[in-house]
Amino acid sequence: MTIAPERTEQTTASGQVGRSMRRVDAGEKLRGEAQYVGDMIVPGMLHGKVLRSPVAHARIVSIDASEALAMPGVVCVLTGEDFKDQDQFWGHALKDRPIVAAGVVRFVGEPVAAVAAVDEATAEAAVKAIYVEYDELPLVGTVDEALAPDAPLVHTDPTRPGLFHGLGTLPERDGNICYSYELNKGDAAAAFAKADIVVEGTYEFPGIYQYAMETHTVIAQVDSRGITLWATCQHPFLVRAEIAALFGQPLGSVRIIVPYLGGGFGSKSYTKMEPITVALARKARRPVRISNRVDESMATTRRSGAKITMRTAASNDGKLIGRDVKVWFDTGAYADNGPRVTATGADSAPGPYRWEGVHVDAYCVYTNTAPSGSYRAFGASQLQWAGDLQIDEIAHRAGIDPVEIRRMNLLRPGEELRHGGKPMDADLVGDIEKVAAALGWDRPKDPDTGRGVSVGVLAAGAHPVSSAIARMEADGDVYVLVGSTEMGQGQRTAFAQIAGEVLAMPAERVHCEGTDTKFTPYDRSTGASRSTTLAGLAVARAAEEVRKDLLAIAERFWPEPGAPIELRDGAAWCGTERRTYPELIAKRFGLSGGQLVGEADVHPAGTGSYAEGPVFWEICMAAAEVHVDRRTGRVTVLRTATVADVGRAINPQLVERQDEGATMQGIGNALYEEMVFADGRLLNDTLLDYRIPTIADLPVQSACVIVENGDGPGPFGSKGCGEGAFAGIIGALATAVADAGVPVRALPLTPERVWRAMSEQQEEEHR
Amino acid sequence: MRVDLTLNGTPTALDVEPRELLLDVLRDTLGLTGAKRSCDVQVCGACTVLVDGSPVSSCTLLAVETDGHDVLTVEGFREQPAFTRIADAFERHAAVQCGFCTTGMVLTIHALLEDGAFTDEASIREELSGNLCRCTGYRAILAAVGDLAGIGEPA
Repeated sequence: MTIAPERTEQTTASGQVGRSMRRVDAGEKLRGEAQYVGDMIVPGMLHGKVLRSPVAHARIVSIDASEALAMPGVVCVLTGEDFKDQDQFWGHALKDRPIVAAGVVRFVGEPVAAVAAVDEATAEAAVKAIYVEYDELPLVGTVDEALAPDAPLVHTDPTRPGLFHGLGTLPERDGNICYSYELNKGDAAAAFAKADIVVEGTYEFPGIYQYAMETHTVIAQVDSRGITLWATCQHPFLVRAEIAALFGQPLGSVRIIVPYLGGGFGSKSYTKMEPITVALARKARRPVRISNRVDESMATTRRSGAKITMRTAASNDGKLIGRDVKVWFDTGAYADNGPRVTATGADSAPGPYRWEGVHVDAYCVYTNTAPSGSYRAFGASQLQWAGDLQIDEIAHRAGIDPVEIRRMNLLRPGEELRHGGKPMDADLVGDIEKVAAALGWDRPKDPDTGRGVSVGVLAAGAHPVSSAIARMEADGDVYVLVGSTEMGQGQRTAFAQIAGEVLAMPAERVHCEGTDTKFTPYDRSTGASRSTTLAGLAVARAAEEVRKDLLAIAERFWPEPGAPIELRDGAAWCGTERRTYPELIAKRFGLSGGQLVGEADVHPAGTGSYAEGPVFWEICMAAAEVHVDRRTGRVTVLRTATVADVGRAINPQLVERQDEGATMQGIGNALYEEMVFADGRLLNDTLLDYRIPTIADLPVQSACVIVENGDGPGPFGSKGCGEGAFAGIIGALATAVADAGVPVRALPLTPERVWRAMSEQQEEEHR
Repeated sequence: MRVDLTLNGTPTALDVEPRELLLDVLRDTLGLTGAKRSCDVQVCGACTVLVDGSPVSSCTLLAVETDGHDVLTVEGFREQPAFTRIADAFERHAAVQCGFCTTGMVLTIHALLEDGAFTDEASIREELSGNLCRCTGYRAILAAVGDLAGIGEPA
């Protein structure tokens, strides 16, 4: 979708954009001064602990909290009984989730009660002294079980839409399928009918834990002025709206303060632990902090697993003509962001090729497991690798190189991906040539190594609504207020550079703090690679207002019509005459003091519906080379290359860091990480058993190619990055392992899975 | 229980419960929040402090075990000249993102630099594998430590 008004060309003459300035927040983080929610203390604050269900599906027969309540230091216990006069159901997509279990538990880890006490140890002891009797119900632990005829139903109440579902007309729930999305383009059946080559397969992607190192942490305070939250949330304004609706408060009386986040990656998108913390604080009549442990965060949200069946059709000369996909996303016991993951996954499933016909059916399925939502490059990560495996098989049969077959079939700029949506807006052919060159695609291969390349797109930008305020103080320093969350990606640095560029002053003198919804203007969300592009555009426009003010004041110093006034190096110049910004501000306000304020927003043109989207297509492209140990099945990543097609790099070093981080998370997702459930119970709920990549897993070499074609909708022609490389790396590793001769059908590619796949293949060959 | 330790260079007497973990005493009792809580099982390194100069996970160390020992947290370390050098390398390489692993990472690196543990790139990969970072992808950290240890910038 487009942004109103259309983007105007901006120069980067000030030299602030395009330089790798040091991160503005590095110093305080290194010194241990940076504050996170868990570092904060609110006067009178109590500590909350949640009693979580030990069973995956059950009716709650009784809860006895009398012993807990009698313990010294315990202030109150919250249970489902506290919501008799309140509709306690929430969920931004589907309103399907109670604050605490309402008579039924649907997953292991679901909140059943919560205790507020003077310290965490007392609260924890009290939680253990609450006795709950469960009457266990039949459960569905997997997508297959959930889709079986006569499967037990996870939910039976009518479907209710959430505040921000953005899903058009919601279909009625079909058994355990809570949402479905169909994508049709051209005539898929006709394409398959005339195909020379058809490949098909079934693929499985596991549930994944995002592992933001900082767990979900919330402090809530409820008093006569309203509700105040200090929260680890990526989307404070969406959480504010949901809390306001849930607790019957005006928007403005819910105040959300977001300091630094210790990582997010989607795990802190939308509402998570905020409702239960507010309810507990309301009952305790004192501020309460709830700080999840890792196992609790794993039960709060995760990446959905997926089961995929896919067919791809091609002609003998390697022309890709048809694709048919069915995908079932395991969203767990509550929808969370599963419906959006499902739609985005369906959009990603075809891949950016010139298909004659595509058909995708995507389903979001309830199971009795922990709820699933967003994680970096959602949708594309679950599907792209499967599509790449099939294209490689076609390439192999047609006798065409994997890079070449993609190059032949990739969409060119302006070609349609999805009917009615934004056409292709990037130079994919240029990108794949660059990523192949960066990996050294044409070099000879060593034995037992494999190479893979992966190409995809991700609908990025979410909904294009952001606003910003820029204030220039009397000393010329600028303070930017913008409601986008700094969770490590470096956007405060990018915003400083954008404002510095517009105002022709050093970015080091532009400052940007965290969000306080009471003072910071509205920003829709921090995710979908949107901050630099959309919040950054709002910052540029707000700074532009200050710039106009400065120029207007400057004209009072040089009133001759047509005087050549320009802004440069923190001053207005007319020829060799110079007036600094503080001098200009003093001119307007007299004496000392005063402030120039600029405000601006970004909003969509058209109806703003997702169907017109996305704001831009994020390019998900990577290549990899791996070594496979045939005796042990162990995969070693030798080299990776990614393309950051960012339009314009505001800070090249930070762009590289985004791709490097995505590369390592991609390696984790492809090779190591999997949440292992048995009958709905998570078996590996500690970092001892759930293995994420360490520095020892770093590939020998990783290249990040930054592509700057100036074709993004953001400031200075920029567009977002940081997610695309993630989906690309997963695909590149899967295809590289396949290229080494290993049949790949499921992730992660652990030594055991690779060894088994090789052994089964050998057995089949001997038969 | 009374615990006598040297905390950030200052002799300090603490009254702690026998069950209390050093991390909780540092963060909740003393307000030294530079050490972060994450995995709780001695895997991630976010809670690292130095005890007698060696990196220790404060999430699995009882506070009473520090009796008679020297504990250095980032709040003490940041006042030392060695901090400035490490911080500068981290800033130059943009090896900081969300910052949650950073203080533990920096203290570990300081201890290992003092020990001369970083002799080549492989030693950095091995010695730092007890400090997880989910954001940076480690390459910038590898480069920063390579600089600090004088073994050149790895590719």
